[in-house]
Amino acid sequence: MDIDIDVLFKIAGIGIFISVLNIVLKQADKEEQAQMLTLVGVVIVLLMVLQLINELFESIRTIFNLF
Amino acid sequence: MEIVQVVGLGLVATMLILILKETRPEFAFQAAIAAGVIIIVMILGYLAEVVQAITEVALEAGLNIAYLQTLMRIIAIAYLAEFGSQVCQDAGQGSIASKIELAAKVIILVMAVPIIMEVMKAIMELVPA
Repeated sequence: MDIDIDVLFKIAGIGIFISVLNIVLKQADKEEQAQMLTLVGVVIVLLMVLQLINELFESIRTIFNLF
Repeated sequence: MEIVQVVGLGLVATMLILILKETRPEFAFQAAIAAGVIIIVMILGYLAEVVQAITEVALEAGLNIAYLQTLMRIIAIAYLAEFGSQVCQDAGQGSIASKIELAAKVIILVMAVPIIMEVMKAIMELVPA
């Protein structure tokens, strides 16, 4: 089974990037935009995690000969 | 030497999650889920070999294929439920974790009912009424 480990680093990178941007936006008194940025980041990362979980379910299905 | 990769990935993931947990806990949990999925998919290849071997032995012994299918389904359900409940428990949602485990137990019980009925029938035939 080969799976790309890059996804983990991408998620961590997005998290660090967004926390830095958050600090900058908070300093510039743009609290709402910082909140929106966090929300968008969470949604993007959630999509990546969902793809990963889908991959896990598919491979378990094929390995255990289900359906 | 897949174990080296797994341990390395786990350590790196733990470090990244420790950094993220300070400022953005939601990203930390998502990274933890991603790390768990990646590790499981990495070792699924070995599991496939074992499943293949068990299937071959069972077919050679002339076992009913339906029983084997049920067994495989139960194993898959157990693995998936374990994974899901541990992720929920990590995120501090112990009640959802225990509900996932309860659901897995109920589904496994429902799947095992036909086999249990078969055993019951065999016992009934042995014991004269």
